[in-house]
Amino acid sequence: MTAIGIGQAPKRKEDVRFLTGRGRYVSDIKLHNMAAAFFVRSPHAHAKIGAIDSSAALEAEGVVAVFTGADLEAAKVGGLPVGWGITGSDGEPMKEPFYPVLAVGKVRHVGDPVAVVVAETPEQAQAAADLVMVDYEPLTPVVSMLDALKPEAPLVHEDVPQNLCCDWAMGDEAAVEEARQKAAHIARIELVNNRLIGNPMEPRAAIAEYDRARDHYTLYTTSQFPHVVRFLMGGLVLNIPQHKLRVVAPDVGGGFGVKQFHYAEEAALTFIAGKLCRPVKWVSERSEGFVSDRQGRDHVTEAELMLDENGKFLGLWVSTLANMGGYLSTFGPNIPTNLYAPLLSGVYKLPAIFCNVKVVFTNTLPVDAYRGAGRPEATFVLERLVDVAAIETGIDKIEIRRRNMISKEEYPYQTPVVVEYDSGDPMACLDKAIEVADIAGFEARRTEAARRGKYRGLGLSTYVEACGLAPSRLAGQMGARGGLYESATVRVHPTSHVSVMIGTHNHGQGHETTFAQIVSEQLGVPFEDIDIVFGDTDRVQFGMGTYGSRSLVVGGAALSKAGDKVIVKGRKIAAHLLEASFEDIAFEKGEFKVAGTDRAKTFAEIAGAAYVPHDYPLETLEPGLEEQAYYDPINFTYPGGAHFCEVEIDPDSGEIELCAYTAVDDVGTIINPMIVEGQLHGGIVQGIGQALFEHGIYDEETGQLMSGSFMDYCMPRADNLPSITISPQVTACAHTPMGVKGCGECGTIGSPAAVINAVVDALKPLGITHVDMPATPNRLWAIIRNAQSTSIAAE
Amino acid sequence: MTLAFHRPSSIADAAKLLAGAEDGKFLAGGMTLLPTMRQRLADPSDLVDLSSLPGLAMIERTGDGLVIGALTRHADVAGSEVVKAAVPALAALAGRIGDPQVRYRGTIGGSIANNDPAADYPAALLALDATVVTDRREIAADDFFLGTFETALETDEIVTAVRFPIPLAASYEKLRSPASRYALVGVFVARFADGVRVAVTGAGPCVFRSADIEEALASAFEPSALDRISIDASELNSDLHADADYRAHMIMVLTKRAVAAAIAGH
Ligand SMILES: Cc1cc2nc3c(=O)[nH]c(=O)nc-3n(C[C@H](O)[C@H](O)[C@H](O)COP(=O)(O)OP(=O)(O)OC[C@H]3O[C@@H](n4cnc5c(N)ncnc54)[C@H](O)[C@@H]3O)c2cc1C
Repeated sequence: MTAIGIGQAPKRKEDVRFLTGRGRYVSDIKLHNMAAAFFVRSPHAHAKIGAIDSSAALEAEGVVAVFTGADLEAAKVGGLPVGWGITGSDGEPMKEPFYPVLAVGKVRHVGDPVAVVVAETPEQAQAAADLVMVDYEPLTPVVSMLDALKPEAPLVHEDVPQNLCCDWAMGDEAAVEEARQKAAHIARIELVNNRLIGNPMEPRAAIAEYDRARDHYTLYTTSQFPHVVRFLMGGLVLNIPQHKLRVVAPDVGGGFGVKQFHYAEEAALTFIAGKLCRPVKWVSERSEGFVSDRQGRDHVTEAELMLDENGKFLGLWVSTLANMGGYLSTFGPNIPTNLYAPLLSGVYKLPAIFCNVKVVFTNTLPVDAYRGAGRPEATFVLERLVDVAAIETGIDKIEIRRRNMISKEEYPYQTPVVVEYDSGDPMACLDKAIEVADIAGFEARRTEAARRGKYRGLGLSTYVEACGLAPSRLAGQMGARGGLYESATVRVHPTSHVSVMIGTHNHGQGHETTFAQIVSEQLGVPFEDIDIVFGDTDRVQFGMGTYGSRSLVVGGAALSKAGDKVIVKGRKIAAHLLEASFEDIAFEKGEFKVAGTDRAKTFAEIAGAAYVPHDYPLETLEPGLEEQAYYDPINFTYPGGAHFCEVEIDPDSGEIELCAYTAVDDVGTIINPMIVEGQLHGGIVQGIGQALFEHGIYDEETGQLMSGSFMDYCMPRADNLPSITISPQVTACAHTPMGVKGCGECGTIGSPAAVINAVVDALKPLGITHVDMPATPNRLWAIIRNAQSTSIAAE
Repeated sequence: MTLAFHRPSSIADAAKLLAGAEDGKFLAGGMTLLPTMRQRLADPSDLVDLSSLPGLAMIERTGDGLVIGALTRHADVAGSEVVKAAVPALAALAGRIGDPQVRYRGTIGGSIANNDPAADYPAALLALDATVVTDRREIAADDFFLGTFETALETDEIVTAVRFPIPLAASYEKLRSPASRYALVGVFVARFADGVRVAVTGAGPCVFRSADIEEALASAFEPSALDRISIDASELNSDLHADADYRAHMIMVLTKRAVAAAIAGH
């Protein structure tokens, strides 16, 4: 029974239930009289929907009902909403076509849901789904963004000319043009940021229930933000009053962004539960997830970095095509714009930046946030360009970064792309990484590898991220249609046990431990006596959920504010009990003390007294010890760091080995070092996955997802990885209550560029300046072979 | 359709049950058959589970060879001291099939009966000149693997064992699919007193032997003997992970590695 505070590394509370198989996930929930739903999904990327004949399905064994888009349309069900509206550089708002819950008129990607079969069992529903006859008239799909923008391209949405959702820009084009005129050297790159499929361990699932007696709905769903689902679905799609709708997201097995959207299945199930007055359950199959979960990344970019004769950066010009897929998802248009362009300054002094983003519709799965969301894409562009500049100017890759880095003294630092970094020390991160990764010994390692016939390469990436989403004022200016604060309630029970109700959602991050440490530190309450409650709109007052590395930064801040209020209230109670003035009561080490005396009450005594107000001056002191706070940050937070990666490539076969990975990250104050290290490991591995293995590939002709299962979509595995060295560097955030910055996405942001820079460095003898992701053996072999044959031809 | 499940205790009953079924399938480790059924690519009327058949999970060293029962799991082959002593390359091959879950369920009989063009065992059987023993006859490996997912087996014929001769030296080299871990290209090289046999899996529509490579190695069993050989890519597979040119190239890279390893291991 001890207080476990900030900086300690207790084992994770939640792991006891996870590791003993006692987690309670949506698919574990069984309600009385529950039916099963199966979604009939489009096999075509683009097709007109003619008649849908459900008669055979309705006759099949166990079938209860079949619903189609027409049923929802007749009931005036709304479209799936977008949470951010962006505006083009011409002042035009983005095109926001209707996104039906079940397709109407047309299907726009493989997997687009067209009907739902409800039956007594999942097997019956699935079997009957084969009997739903949908009359498709296939249309030519637009698959690549370059094709989508051609004048003759078929239209994904008839009301969106040229498939262009928005032509968006940030920065000062004239200033960049000026930099171009002055530049001694311009480094140029064309690159693709490959499409990713998130694949959280637990597939999505939902159960909807309608209580006719209370006219009340409950939705259990695998969501990172149940309150937001309640608002979006209840308020905008199904027209269910907020007080008549409860959304529960119980244990959730990983999200990575995939579960931070409002999905069609949630709305369809809730609608159906109301119609049938029966609970309905749907659990996605893994292969279904490939064609129904939102996907990530997918940019095509050209960029130029302008430098003076000393290698100082003068300007950066970026032009990006960003794929939205067939519809605008919840945050879709925000990711490649507001979460991308503001990161393009990185940790560098870059006086002029201009970024144009064309946001494009195609007949592919909708694209939205995936761990890092916009920021890995920005870091990849910048850090690749810096390496190209280093190669072309002959300045060492570390030296060129040093020459341009923002020094510690220059913080706060205003970039030319909206954001102002409050704190940081990128040089310290870099210096430490150089030491930890033994960069001095690299040339010897390269020589030794060459002796074995291997090309060894060293890659460096620095990065900064804007996280702790988000300061509502700034977000509002950028087009957010809601606020991005967080809320927490600290309920101290009469026994001094504590329940924390918080609006973030724990789906693997360890919040139940981290947040308990914060409370334990602040109130001196034993770690074991604190429970963190989340994921239920009926138990938690309000919240925006978990994404954008915001839980600790914004939620933890709300929690510590609520804790401050508890202490104030405790001092009032202590003042009354100790017959002292409120001002004279200090709270220290779990005790309320009259200053300068040894008269004190323990926290437990105050908690008890709070609920036994026999002699309270009731006009000035309320009973109870429970406080709530909402916290809206004044700025983003800006974690950052430096990552080094070493690879070896076998030039004979293109096979690649990751030999070493070192990360020095500044995530601000560290609450639990073990959890931070775990978050960084996971993030780095996802970035390595993008760099070397993962690729969502669509057939250019048909729009079919080619990498639609784990037989072809390659997730990184333990045996692909070296032991990762994590070495933190701390500068406290200037504006968050505990100095925290957030660590959920760091790893994913720094790593793709570090890996690809290492690959390119390994191939340096061949005169190569870029390799697209994923750098697979086949791709590397082809590059090596072409380079060798051109050099032979040249001789 | 409802599925009838049978667990016979004799080979004869198993064959009879299958012959009598409308669209029956033998079930061994289920690592191929069950995913296929889940994806609704197969919808058999009857499953005849072979797991209770006596004597089919065994490994035995005989005078001039090695016998592995059809129901022997990959993990058991990989860990077997008998196999490691007799044909270490075979144990190593089994130890790199798929992942641990697959290795603890999947069987050699299931693997060869299925004859996936990217499976590993077919390369071993073909290069080692093995004999497939069934409930009714013996089939030389050269006559067993007929085409993509196609073998010489009758529908109700049960593989009971595989008999391997012992080579002087052998080695298997595999370029794994990063996702599935099947062979994008796998090359099994086996050297016998009377010649060299080389089988390639993963690269084409079915496992195959390369006469060019075998002849070159028969005259000199060393990697440099292969320097002048190149493989025609036109008959090879292309997919997301490897195009035909790459596969053709990798056949030679892996063959050289296998020859070097066979020499070193001997
Ligand atoms: C994720 C994954 C990765 C894999 N990776 C690899 C890999 O790297 N290399 C590789 O070689 N394989 C790989 N496999 C396949 C694996 O080796 C399977 O175990 C094997 O192909 C089938 O064996 P089984 O015992 O599971 O057969 P089952 O799935 O039970 O049966 C397969 C087929 O063989 C028939 N059959 C089974 N036993 C007999 C018998 N005794 N007589 C006649 N017919 C029979 C069945 O009727 C069925 O048609 C992988 C599988 C998975 C799921």
